[in-house]
Amino acid sequence: MSTTGLAPEKLAMAPIFGREPPPQELVTHVPHACRLGMSIVTLAPHTAVLKLPYAEELIGDTKRGVVFGGAITTLLDQSSGLAVFCSLEQFTAIATLDLRIDYLRAAEPACDLTGRAECYRMTRNVAFVRGRAWDRDPERPFASCLATFMIGANATNTPLARMLEQLA
Amino acid sequence: MSGGSRKNRTPITGVPYARMLGVEVERSENGWLVVLPFREANVGNARLPALHGGVVGAFLELTALVELTRQLHSAGTPKPINFSIDYLRSAGADDTFGRAEIIKHGRRIANVRVSAWQSDETKPVAAGIGNFLL
Repeated sequence: MSTTGLAPEKLAMAPIFGREPPPQELVTHVPHACRLGMSIVTLAPHTAVLKLPYAEELIGDTKRGVVFGGAITTLLDQSSGLAVFCSLEQFTAIATLDLRIDYLRAAEPACDLTGRAECYRMTRNVAFVRGRAWDRDPERPFASCLATFMIGANATNTPLARMLEQLA
Repeated sequence: MSGGSRKNRTPITGVPYARMLGVEVERSENGWLVVLPFREANVGNARLPALHGGVVGAFLELTALVELTRQLHSAGTPKPINFSIDYLRSAGADDTFGRAEIIKHGRRIANVRVSAWQSDETKPVAAGIGNFLL
């Protein structure tokens, strides 16, 4: 699916798509993603798939052994951000504007979790993303999400910012 | 206003992911605060540095859970149905504080609103709202 009218080969990440194994640097440079042992499964135009290995320290409800909702937030936030990167024509800073998660059911205990996000619409300023997370079957997700991101979050180099700097 | 004295802080031990993040609760003169002391391992952007968006989201959800547990005395852990996070400012290398308000407490569902800030409570870094199954 094209979100911007751009041919996939025009995307900034084009040289990376489909590379085997996928370059893990994109998550290993993120301290918290690294701490959780997250890894990239797939990077494709507008799409990112990430894995979060099950660990006891991710649990929210010890009685049921279920992973804490917040850990799923982290997986889906990371996947969503990478999906936006997979939609950029030029690399620029991005920032999460909002993220909404629906917890469809409890994640199965002792199971690795996978998150998949797709940037389905990209404008000059805002990227729109939807995602889902599952344990065993991609068709039976335990969580889904919607997120929006600001593009070019670091505004210090805009002409207006430069002009204001000169005035200051 | 920030959190005040560190002496009244207690780590959350019952939730493993909260322990991993290093979340604590603190009694203050106007209610309870949930505190996320700054840790390198919670960073998402090392260059800024800024906390991981997922960590901020998890912290908001945990703040809601603490408030629900404190007020409802329910037998089980309330289960999140959905949670929505607005990222308002970058959360820097500083302690983060959270406060939750139960907007509606029904028989089966509670609706909770949360705010998180760093040095100034009037300048929140993130806001969250969620529904929990009791």
